[in-house]
Amino acid sequence: MPPSSEEITITVYPGRKKDGTPETFEPIDISPGDTISIVGPTGSGKTAFINDIEVFAQEDTVTGRRVLVNGEVPPEEFIRDPACKPIAMITQNTKCLADLTCEEFLRMHVATRNNLSENVVEDTIALANEFTGEKIVAGARMSALSGGQTRSLMIADAVLISKAPVLLLDEIENAGIFKEAVISHLKDLRKAVIFVTHDPYVSMLSERRIVMGGGAVRDVIRPDGREAEALARVGEIDRELSALRERIRVGDVIGGWTA
Amino acid sequence: MDRLKLKIIMVAGPPSAGKTSVTRQMISHLMLTESVAYLKIDVVTAFEDEEIHAEFGIPARKVYSGDMCPDHMGIMIMRDALEWAENSGATVLIVESAGLCLRCTPYFTNALGVCVMSSLSGTHTPFKMAPMIALADICVVTKTDLISQAEKEVFRESIRRVSPTMDIVETNAIQGTGMKYLFRTVDAVQPITSPDDIVLRGVPPLGVCTICVGKKTVGWQNHFGVIRRIDDADSIYNGD
Repeated sequence: MPPSSEEITITVYPGRKKDGTPETFEPIDISPGDTISIVGPTGSGKTAFINDIEVFAQEDTVTGRRVLVNGEVPPEEFIRDPACKPIAMITQNTKCLADLTCEEFLRMHVATRNNLSENVVEDTIALANEFTGEKIVAGARMSALSGGQTRSLMIADAVLISKAPVLLLDEIENAGIFKEAVISHLKDLRKAVIFVTHDPYVSMLSERRIVMGGGAVRDVIRPDGREAEALARVGEIDRELSALRERIRVGDVIGGWTA
Repeated sequence: MDRLKLKIIMVAGPPSAGKTSVTRQMISHLMLTESVAYLKIDVVTAFEDEEIHAEFGIPARKVYSGDMCPDHMGIMIMRDALEWAENSGATVLIVESAGLCLRCTPYFTNALGVCVMSSLSGTHTPFKMAPMIALADICVVTKTDLISQAEKEVFRESIRRVSPTMDIVETNAIQGTGMKYLFRTVDAVQPITSPDDIVLRGVPPLGVCTICVGKKTVGWQNHFGVIRRIDDADSIYNGD
Protein backbone atom coordinates (compact mmCIF):
# COMPACT_ATOMS: atom_id res chain seq x y z
CA MET A 1 0.00 0.00 0.00
CA PRO A 2 1.19 3.53 -0.68
CA PRO A 3 2.19 5.52 2.37
CA SER A 4 -0.32 8.11 3.53
CA SER A 5 0.32 11.79 2.81
CA GLU A 6 1.49 12.38 6.35
CA GLU A 7 4.41 10.04 6.02
CA ILE A 8 5.99 11.04 2.77
CA THR A 9 8.66 13.62 1.96
CA ILE A 10 10.36 13.44 -1.40
CA THR A 11 13.81 14.96 -1.80
CA VAL A 12 15.37 15.79 -5.18
CA TYR A 13 19.17 15.91 -5.29
CA PRO A 14 21.11 17.73 -8.02
CA GLY A 15 22.42 15.99 -11.13
CA ARG A 16 23.96 17.39 -14.31
CA LYS A 17 23.09 20.21 -16.69
CA LYS A 18 22.68 19.55 -20.40
CA ASP A 19 26.37 20.47 -20.90
CA GLY A 20 27.41 17.82 -18.38
CA THR A 21 28.47 20.20 -15.59
CA PRO A 22 27.00 19.62 -12.12
CA GLU A 23 23.81 21.31 -10.98
CA THR A 24 24.25 23.45 -7.91
CA PHE A 25 20.84 23.68 -6.20
CA GLU A 26 20.27 22.73 -2.58
CA PRO A 27 18.27 19.48 -2.26
CA ILE A 28 14.55 20.21 -2.77
CA ASP A 29 12.11 18.74 -0.23
CA ILE A 30 8.52 18.09 -1.29
CA SER A 31 6.20 17.52 1.65
CA PRO A 32 2.43 17.15 2.21
CA GLY A 33 0.53 20.35 1.44
CA ASP A 34 3.33 21.88 -0.67
CA THR A 35 2.49 23.61 -3.93
CA ILE A 36 5.36 23.97 -6.36
CA SER A 37 5.51 25.29 -9.91
CA ILE A 38 8.16 24.33 -12.41
CA VAL A 39 8.71 27.21 -14.82
CA GLY A 40 11.08 27.90 -17.70
CA PRO A 41 11.15 28.11 -21.49
CA THR A 42 10.32 25.13 -23.72
CA GLY A 43 13.25 22.70 -23.69
CA SER A 44 14.62 23.98 -20.38
CA GLY A 45 14.14 20.65 -18.61
CA LYS A 46 10.76 21.01 -16.88
CA THR A 47 9.31 17.71 -18.04
CA ALA A 48 12.60 15.90 -17.38
CA PHE A 49 12.46 17.23 -13.81
CA ILE A 50 9.02 15.79 -13.07
CA ASN A 51 9.87 12.58 -14.92
CA ASP A 52 12.79 12.18 -12.50
CA ILE A 53 10.32 12.46 -9.63
CA GLU A 54 7.85 10.09 -11.26
CA VAL A 55 10.42 7.30 -11.73
CA PHE A 56 12.33 8.10 -8.50
CA ALA A 57 15.53 8.60 -10.46
CA GLN A 58 18.68 7.07 -8.96
CA GLU A 59 21.33 8.60 -11.24
CA ASP A 60 19.82 6.45 -13.98
CA THR A 61 18.09 9.13 -16.08
CA VAL A 62 19.62 11.68 -18.48
CA THR A 63 19.79 14.28 -15.70
CA GLY A 64 21.74 12.10 -13.26
CA ARG A 65 19.52 13.27 -10.39
CA ARG A 66 18.56 11.24 -7.32
CA VAL A 67 15.13 11.26 -5.74
CA LEU A 68 14.71 9.83 -2.25
CA VAL A 69 11.57 9.14 -0.22
CA ASN A 70 11.87 9.95 3.48
CA GLY A 71 15.65 10.00 3.01
CA GLU A 72 15.87 6.54 1.48
CA VAL A 73 15.87 4.86 -1.92
CA PRO A 74 12.21 3.91 -2.32
CA PRO A 75 11.15 0.26 -2.66
CA GLU A 76 10.84 -1.01 -6.22
CA GLU A 77 7.05 -1.39 -6.13
CA PHE A 78 6.76 2.39 -5.66
CA ILE A 79 8.02 2.69 -9.21
CA ARG A 80 6.81 -0.50 -10.83
CA ASP A 81 3.34 -1.10 -9.44
CA PRO A 82 0.96 1.72 -10.31
CA ALA A 83 -1.27 0.75 -7.37
CA CYS A 84 1.63 1.27 -4.92
CA LYS A 85 2.99 4.37 -6.55
CA PRO A 86 2.68 7.42 -4.28
CA ILE A 87 2.69 9.72 -7.31
CA ALA A 88 -0.08 10.44 -9.81
CA MET A 89 0.98 12.18 -12.99
CA ILE A 90 -1.64 13.85 -15.13
CA THR A 91 -0.57 15.44 -18.40
CA GLN A 92 -2.17 16.99 -21.44
CA ASN A 93 -1.64 13.65 -23.17
CA THR A 94 -3.29 11.49 -20.53
CA LYS A 95 -6.39 9.92 -22.03
CA CYS A 96 -9.23 7.70 -20.91
CA LEU A 97 -9.63 5.10 -23.62
CA ALA A 98 -12.41 3.04 -22.15
CA ASP A 99 -15.82 3.57 -23.72
CA LEU A 100 -17.57 3.54 -20.33
CA THR A 101 -19.69 5.93 -18.32
CA CYS A 102 -17.92 7.96 -15.62
CA GLU A 103 -19.45 5.77 -12.97
CA GLU A 104 -18.41 2.50 -14.65
CA PHE A 105 -14.94 3.89 -15.26
CA LEU A 106 -14.45 4.84 -11.61
CA ARG A 107 -15.92 1.53 -10.41
CA MET A 108 -13.42 -0.27 -12.65
CA HIS A 109 -10.62 1.60 -10.88
CA VAL A 110 -12.14 1.04 -7.43
CA ALA A 111 -12.26 -2.70 -8.14
CA THR A 112 -8.43 -2.82 -8.26
CA ARG A 113 -8.15 -1.18 -4.84
CA ASN A 114 -8.96 -2.13 -1.26
CA ASN A 115 -10.17 -0.15 1.70
CA LEU A 116 -12.16 2.50 -0.13
CA SER A 117 -15.34 3.95 1.28
CA GLU A 118 -18.67 2.84 -0.13
CA ASN A 119 -19.46 6.24 -1.60
CA VAL A 120 -16.08 6.84 -3.16
CA VAL A 121 -17.43 6.95 -6.72
CA GLU A 122 -20.05 9.58 -5.88
CA ASP A 123 -17.48 11.49 -3.81
CA THR A 124 -15.01 11.47 -6.68
CA ILE A 125 -17.56 12.87 -9.13
CA ALA A 126 -18.57 15.50 -6.56
CA LEU A 127 -14.93 16.53 -6.04
CA ALA A 128 -14.35 16.69 -9.80
CA ASN A 129 -17.33 19.03 -10.04
CA GLU A 130 -15.55 21.40 -7.63
CA PHE A 131 -12.80 21.74 -10.24
CA THR A 132 -14.87 22.32 -13.37
CA GLY A 133 -17.76 24.57 -14.30
CA GLU A 134 -19.19 22.01 -16.73
CA LYS A 135 -21.07 19.60 -14.49
CA ILE A 136 -20.05 15.95 -14.76
CA VAL A 137 -22.89 13.46 -14.30
CA ALA A 138 -22.30 9.83 -13.35
CA GLY A 139 -23.98 8.50 -16.48
CA ALA A 140 -21.97 10.59 -18.98
CA ARG A 141 -19.61 8.64 -21.21
CA MET A 142 -15.92 9.24 -20.54
CA SER A 143 -15.30 9.65 -24.26
CA ALA A 144 -17.82 12.52 -24.40
CA LEU A 145 -16.27 14.58 -21.58
CA SER A 146 -14.52 17.86 -22.38
CA GLY A 147 -10.82 18.33 -21.69
CA GLY A 148 -11.61 20.23 -18.48
CA GLN A 149 -14.05 17.58 -17.26
CA THR A 150 -11.60 14.77 -17.99
CA ARG A 151 -8.70 16.49 -16.17
CA SER A 152 -10.98 17.33 -13.23
CA LEU A 153 -12.13 13.74 -12.95
CA MET A 154 -8.56 12.44 -13.17
CA ILE A 155 -7.40 14.78 -10.41
CA ALA A 156 -10.34 13.72 -8.21
CA ASP A 157 -9.60 10.07 -9.04
CA ALA A 158 -5.92 10.52 -8.08
CA VAL A 159 -6.95 12.09 -4.76
CA LEU A 160 -9.78 9.81 -3.65
CA ILE A 161 -9.28 6.47 -5.40
CA SER A 162 -5.51 6.31 -5.98
CA LYS A 163 -5.01 8.23 -2.72
CA ALA A 164 -1.74 9.48 -4.17
CA PRO A 165 0.05 11.83 -1.74
CA VAL A 166 1.88 13.59 -4.59
CA LEU A 167 0.31 14.92 -7.80
CA LEU A 168 2.31 15.98 -10.85
CA LEU A 169 0.23 18.12 -13.18
CA ASP A 170 1.92 18.78 -16.52
CA GLU A 171 0.58 21.82 -18.37
CA ILE A 172 -3.06 21.26 -17.60
CA GLU A 173 -3.93 24.94 -17.14
CA ASN A 174 -5.45 25.28 -20.58
CA ALA A 175 -7.91 22.50 -19.89
CA GLY A 176 -10.57 24.76 -18.37
CA ILE A 177 -10.34 23.90 -14.67
CA PHE A 178 -10.70 26.17 -11.65
CA LYS A 179 -7.05 26.58 -10.74
CA GLU A 180 -7.63 28.17 -7.33
CA ALA A 181 -10.16 25.48 -6.38
CA VAL A 182 -7.73 22.71 -7.36
CA ILE A 183 -4.89 24.28 -5.40
CA SER A 184 -6.90 25.06 -2.26
CA HIS A 185 -8.62 21.64 -2.17
CA LEU A 186 -5.37 19.78 -2.64
CA LYS A 187 -3.73 21.87 0.06
CA ASP A 188 -6.61 21.16 2.45
CA LEU A 189 -6.25 17.46 1.69
CA ARG A 190 -2.50 17.68 2.52
CA LYS A 191 -1.47 16.67 -1.00
CA ALA A 192 1.84 17.81 -2.46
CA VAL A 193 1.21 19.28 -5.91
CA ILE A 194 3.76 20.07 -8.57
CA PHE A 195 2.68 22.03 -11.63
CA VAL A 196 4.63 22.25 -14.84
CA THR A 197 3.22 25.48 -16.10
CA HIS A 198 3.41 28.50 -18.36
CA ASP A 199 0.46 30.11 -16.57
CA PRO A 200 1.43 33.19 -14.52
CA TYR A 201 -1.48 32.74 -12.12
CA VAL A 202 -0.74 29.08 -11.33
CA SER A 203 2.96 29.92 -10.94
CA MET A 204 2.24 32.75 -8.52
CA LEU A 205 -0.34 30.77 -6.53
CA SER A 206 2.35 28.19 -5.76
CA GLU A 207 4.45 28.65 -2.65
CA ARG A 208 7.65 27.80 -4.49
CA ARG A 209 8.79 28.27 -8.08
CA ILE A 210 11.51 26.10 -9.50
CA VAL A 211 13.11 27.94 -12.42
CA MET A 212 14.60 25.68 -15.11
CA GLY A 213 17.18 26.51 -17.77
CA GLY A 214 19.64 24.47 -19.86
CA GLY A 215 18.33 21.22 -18.42
CA ALA A 216 19.10 22.34 -14.87
CA VAL A 217 17.40 23.88 -11.84
CA ARG A 218 18.56 27.51 -12.04
CA ASP A 219 16.75 28.86 -9.01
CA VAL A 220 14.19 28.02 -6.36
CA ILE A 221 12.08 31.07 -5.46
CA ARG A 222 9.91 31.49 -2.38
CA PRO A 223 8.01 34.74 -2.83
CA ASP A 224 6.79 34.57 0.83
CA GLY A 225 4.21 37.30 0.39
CA ARG A 226 6.40 39.64 -1.64
CA GLU A 227 4.13 39.03 -4.61
CA ALA A 228 0.84 39.43 -2.73
CA GLU A 229 -0.13 42.65 -4.45
CA ALA A 230 0.74 41.36 -7.92
CA LEU A 231 -0.97 38.03 -7.18
CA ALA A 232 -4.24 39.82 -6.36
CA ARG A 233 -4.05 41.73 -9.64
CA VAL A 234 -3.11 38.61 -11.67
CA GLY A 235 -6.09 36.86 -10.09
CA GLU A 236 -8.35 39.64 -11.30
CA ILE A 237 -6.87 39.46 -14.79
CA ASP A 238 -7.33 35.69 -14.80
CA ARG A 239 -10.99 36.01 -13.79
CA GLU A 240 -11.53 38.73 -16.37
CA LEU A 241 -10.05 36.53 -19.06
CA SER A 242 -12.21 33.60 -17.92
CA ALA A 243 -15.31 35.76 -18.10
CA LEU A 244 -14.27 36.98 -21.53
CA ARG A 245 -13.69 33.39 -22.65
CA GLU A 246 -17.20 32.47 -21.50
CA ARG A 247 -18.72 35.39 -23.39
CA ILE A 248 -16.89 34.48 -26.58
CA ARG A 249 -17.99 30.86 -26.19
CA VAL A 250 -21.64 31.84 -26.06
CA GLY A 251 -21.32 34.04 -29.15
CA ASP A 252 -21.10 37.55 -27.70
CA VAL A 253 -19.53 40.35 -29.70
CA ILE A 254 -17.12 42.12 -27.36
CA GLY A 255 -17.78 45.82 -27.72
CA GLY A 256 -15.91 48.12 -25.35
CA TRP A 257 -14.38 46.68 -22.17
CA THR A 258 -16.99 45.44 -19.74
CA ALA A 259 -15.51 42.19 -18.46
CA MET B 1 27.95 -25.51 -34.64
CA ASP B 2 29.64 -27.62 -31.94
CA ARG B 3 31.05 -24.51 -30.24
CA LEU B 4 27.72 -22.70 -30.17
CA LYS B 5 27.35 -20.12 -27.41
CA LEU B 6 24.41 -17.87 -28.01
CA LYS B 7 21.82 -16.08 -25.91
CA ILE B 8 18.35 -15.96 -27.46
CA ILE B 9 15.65 -13.36 -26.91
CA MET B 10 12.22 -13.81 -28.52
CA VAL B 11 10.12 -10.66 -28.82
CA ALA B 12 6.43 -11.29 -29.47
CA GLY B 13 3.35 -9.09 -29.47
CA PRO B 14 0.69 -7.63 -31.74
CA PRO B 15 1.39 -5.18 -34.58
CA SER B 16 2.13 -1.61 -33.42
CA ALA B 17 2.59 -2.71 -29.81
CA GLY B 18 6.10 -1.26 -29.85
CA LYS B 19 8.15 -4.47 -30.30
CA THR B 20 10.76 -2.72 -32.40
CA SER B 21 11.07 0.24 -30.01
CA VAL B 22 11.58 -2.18 -27.13
CA THR B 23 14.05 -4.14 -29.26
CA ARG B 24 16.01 -0.95 -30.04
CA GLN B 25 16.31 -0.24 -26.33
CA MET B 26 17.52 -3.80 -25.68
CA ILE B 27 20.07 -3.58 -28.52
CA SER B 28 21.48 -0.25 -27.21
CA HIS B 29 21.87 -1.82 -23.81
CA LEU B 30 23.24 -5.18 -24.98
CA MET B 31 25.79 -3.61 -27.34
CA LEU B 32 27.73 -2.39 -24.33
CA THR B 33 28.80 -5.94 -23.54
CA GLU B 34 27.62 -8.26 -26.35
CA SER B 35 27.52 -8.70 -30.13
CA VAL B 36 23.90 -8.65 -31.18
CA ALA B 37 22.24 -10.13 -34.29
CA TYR B 38 18.63 -9.35 -35.18
CA LEU B 39 16.11 -11.44 -37.10
CA LYS B 40 12.66 -10.18 -38.07
CA ILE B 41 10.01 -12.67 -39.09
CA ASP B 42 7.15 -11.23 -41.07
CA VAL B 43 4.56 -12.16 -43.64
CA VAL B 44 4.85 -9.95 -46.71
CA THR B 45 6.72 -6.75 -45.82
CA ALA B 46 9.19 -5.71 -43.14
CA PHE B 47 11.63 -2.84 -42.89
CA GLU B 48 12.81 -3.34 -39.34
CA ASP B 49 15.95 -5.29 -40.30
CA GLU B 50 17.15 -2.48 -42.58
CA GLU B 51 16.35 0.16 -39.94
CA ILE B 52 18.10 -1.77 -37.18
CA HIS B 53 21.14 -2.42 -39.38
CA ALA B 54 21.35 1.24 -40.39
CA GLU B 55 20.97 2.44 -36.79
CA PHE B 56 23.25 0.02 -34.96
CA GLY B 57 25.42 -1.51 -37.71
CA ILE B 58 24.69 -5.01 -36.42
CA PRO B 59 23.91 -8.12 -38.52
CA ALA B 60 20.20 -7.98 -39.25
CA ARG B 61 17.97 -9.91 -41.61
CA LYS B 62 14.37 -10.84 -42.23
CA VAL B 63 12.43 -13.90 -43.25
CA TYR B 64 9.09 -13.68 -45.05
CA SER B 65 6.65 -16.45 -44.33
CA GLY B 66 4.40 -15.70 -47.30
CA ASP B 67 1.60 -18.23 -47.37
CA MET B 68 2.80 -20.00 -44.24
CA CYS B 69 1.92 -19.08 -40.67
CA PRO B 70 4.74 -16.75 -39.58
CA ASP B 71 5.16 -18.37 -36.19
CA HIS B 72 5.46 -21.82 -37.79
CA MET B 73 7.96 -20.24 -40.18
CA GLY B 74 10.00 -18.96 -37.25
CA ILE B 75 10.06 -22.41 -35.70
CA MET B 76 11.03 -24.05 -39.00
CA ILE B 77 14.01 -21.80 -39.69
CA MET B 78 15.28 -21.38 -36.13
CA ARG B 79 18.25 -23.76 -36.39
CA ASP B 80 19.31 -21.98 -39.60
CA ALA B 81 18.95 -18.68 -37.75
CA LEU B 82 21.17 -19.87 -34.90
CA GLU B 83 23.83 -20.86 -37.42
CA TRP B 84 23.55 -17.49 -39.19
CA ALA B 85 23.84 -15.59 -35.91
CA GLU B 86 26.81 -17.69 -34.82
CA ASN B 87 28.56 -17.20 -38.16
CA SER B 88 27.94 -13.45 -37.90
CA GLY B 89 29.93 -13.45 -34.68
CA ALA B 90 26.88 -12.70 -32.52
CA THR B 91 26.66 -13.61 -28.85
CA VAL B 92 22.97 -12.63 -28.64
CA LEU B 93 20.23 -13.29 -31.18
CA ILE B 94 17.07 -11.20 -30.93
CA VAL B 95 14.13 -12.61 -32.90
CA GLU B 96 11.12 -10.36 -33.42
CA SER B 97 7.88 -12.10 -34.36
CA ALA B 98 5.43 -10.91 -37.01
CA GLY B 99 2.83 -10.28 -34.35
CA LEU B 100 -0.14 -11.14 -36.50
CA CYS B 101 -1.70 -13.88 -34.45
CA LEU B 102 -2.09 -13.73 -30.69
CA ARG B 103 -3.00 -17.35 -30.38
CA CYS B 104 0.52 -18.63 -30.72
CA THR B 105 3.35 -19.10 -28.30
CA PRO B 106 6.58 -18.68 -30.21
CA TYR B 107 8.78 -18.88 -27.11
CA PHE B 108 11.52 -21.46 -26.56
CA THR B 109 12.97 -23.05 -23.49
CA ASN B 110 16.37 -21.63 -22.46
CA ALA B 111 15.56 -18.39 -24.27
CA LEU B 112 14.06 -15.18 -22.91
CA GLY B 113 10.42 -14.68 -23.96
CA VAL B 114 9.41 -11.01 -24.05
CA CYS B 115 5.77 -10.17 -24.67
CA VAL B 116 5.20 -6.56 -25.76
CA MET B 117 1.73 -5.03 -25.40
CA SER B 118 0.42 -1.54 -25.95
CA SER B 119 -1.57 -0.07 -23.09
CA LEU B 120 -3.63 1.67 -25.78
CA SER B 121 -5.04 -1.66 -26.87
CA GLY B 122 -7.66 -1.71 -24.11
CA THR B 123 -8.04 -3.40 -20.76
CA HIS B 124 -9.48 -6.67 -22.13
CA THR B 125 -6.60 -7.30 -24.51
CA PRO B 126 -4.50 -9.34 -22.07
CA PHE B 127 -7.32 -11.90 -21.90
CA LYS B 128 -7.52 -12.13 -25.68
CA MET B 129 -3.81 -12.78 -26.03
CA ALA B 130 -3.55 -15.05 -23.01
CA PRO B 131 -1.34 -17.76 -24.59
CA MET B 132 1.23 -15.20 -25.69
CA ILE B 133 1.37 -13.74 -22.17
CA ALA B 134 1.18 -16.90 -20.11
CA LEU B 135 4.31 -18.49 -21.59
CA ALA B 136 6.44 -15.34 -21.64
CA ASP B 137 9.06 -14.51 -19.01
CA ILE B 138 8.33 -10.82 -18.93
CA CYS B 139 5.62 -8.51 -20.24
CA VAL B 140 6.52 -5.03 -21.43
CA VAL B 141 3.54 -2.68 -21.47
CA THR B 142 4.24 0.28 -23.75
CA LYS B 143 2.80 3.79 -24.15
CA THR B 144 1.76 3.97 -20.50
CA ASP B 145 2.42 7.72 -20.52
CA LEU B 146 -0.73 8.16 -22.62
CA ILE B 147 -3.39 6.46 -20.52
CA SER B 148 -5.19 7.21 -17.31
CA GLN B 149 -4.03 5.85 -13.98
CA ALA B 150 -7.22 3.80 -13.68
CA GLU B 151 -6.69 2.04 -16.99
CA LYS B 152 -3.01 1.48 -16.23
CA GLU B 153 -3.96 -0.36 -13.06
CA VAL B 154 -6.74 -2.35 -14.69
CA PHE B 155 -4.45 -3.35 -17.59
CA ARG B 156 -1.94 -4.64 -15.08
CA GLU B 157 -4.64 -6.54 -13.19
CA SER B 158 -5.73 -8.16 -16.46
CA ILE B 159 -2.19 -9.40 -17.12
CA ARG B 160 -1.98 -10.66 -13.56
CA ARG B 161 -5.20 -12.59 -13.98
CA VAL B 162 -3.71 -14.34 -17.01
CA SER B 163 -0.40 -14.92 -15.24
CA PRO B 164 -0.37 -14.11 -11.51
CA THR B 165 3.39 -13.93 -11.11
CA MET B 166 4.29 -12.27 -14.40
CA ASP B 167 7.12 -9.74 -14.31
CA ILE B 168 5.55 -6.58 -15.77
CA VAL B 169 7.54 -3.61 -17.04
CA GLU B 170 5.67 -0.43 -17.86
CA THR B 171 7.39 1.90 -20.25
CA ASN B 172 7.35 4.67 -22.71
CA ALA B 173 9.73 2.71 -24.95
CA ILE B 174 10.64 5.71 -27.10
CA GLN B 175 12.12 7.47 -24.04
CA GLY B 176 13.10 4.25 -22.33
CA THR B 177 11.47 4.90 -18.97
CA GLY B 178 11.27 1.77 -16.83
CA MET B 179 13.62 -0.14 -19.14
CA LYS B 180 16.15 -0.83 -16.41
CA TYR B 181 13.89 -3.60 -15.12
CA LEU B 182 13.78 -5.26 -18.53
CA PHE B 183 17.56 -4.92 -18.85
CA ARG B 184 18.03 -6.67 -15.53
CA THR B 185 16.15 -9.68 -16.90
CA VAL B 186 17.94 -9.48 -20.25
CA ASP B 187 21.33 -9.47 -18.47
CA ALA B 188 20.42 -12.68 -16.66
CA VAL B 189 19.83 -14.68 -19.86
CA GLN B 190 22.14 -17.68 -20.16
CA PRO B 191 23.54 -18.80 -23.53
CA ILE B 192 22.57 -22.08 -25.15
CA THR B 193 25.38 -24.35 -26.24
CA SER B 194 23.51 -26.54 -28.72
CA PRO B 195 20.54 -26.01 -31.03
CA ASP B 196 18.93 -28.91 -29.18
CA ASP B 197 18.77 -26.76 -26.05
CA ILE B 198 15.66 -25.01 -27.33
CA VAL B 199 12.23 -26.52 -27.73
CA LEU B 200 8.86 -24.83 -27.89
CA ARG B 201 7.32 -23.88 -24.54
CA GLY B 202 3.81 -24.34 -25.82
CA VAL B 203 2.05 -26.08 -28.66
CA PRO B 204 0.98 -23.84 -31.56
CA PRO B 205 -2.69 -24.05 -32.52
CA LEU B 206 -3.83 -26.82 -34.76
CA GLY B 207 -4.29 -26.00 -38.39
CA VAL B 208 -4.50 -29.10 -40.51
CA CYS B 209 -7.43 -28.92 -42.88
CA THR B 210 -8.28 -28.35 -46.49
CA ILE B 211 -8.41 -24.55 -45.89
CA CYS B 212 -4.70 -24.79 -45.05
CA VAL B 213 -3.91 -26.26 -48.44
CA GLY B 214 -5.79 -23.63 -50.36
CA LYS B 215 -9.40 -24.82 -50.80
CA LYS B 216 -11.53 -21.67 -50.88
CA THR B 217 -15.04 -22.94 -50.24
CA VAL B 218 -16.72 -21.90 -46.99
CA GLY B 219 -18.22 -24.04 -44.20
CA TRP B 220 -17.13 -27.25 -42.53
CA GLN B 221 -19.34 -29.21 -44.95
CA ASN B 222 -16.81 -28.46 -47.69
CA HIS B 223 -13.67 -29.40 -45.77
CA PHE B 224 -11.95 -32.31 -44.12
CA GLY B 225 -9.10 -32.68 -41.67
CA VAL B 226 -9.48 -30.90 -38.33
CA ILE B 227 -12.86 -29.20 -38.72
CA ARG B 228 -15.32 -27.52 -36.36
CA ARG B 229 -19.08 -26.97 -36.30
CA ILE B 230 -20.56 -24.08 -34.38
CA ASP B 231 -21.92 -26.18 -31.52
CA ASP B 232 -18.85 -28.34 -30.91
CA ALA B 233 -16.22 -25.64 -31.28
CA ASP B 234 -14.10 -26.73 -28.31
CA SER B 235 -10.85 -25.00 -27.69
CA ILE B 236 -9.15 -28.37 -27.14
CA TYR B 237 -8.65 -30.85 -29.99
CA ASN B 238 -10.05 -34.24 -29.09
CA GLY B 239 -9.89 -35.92 -32.51
CA ASP B 240 -12.47 -35.86 -35.25
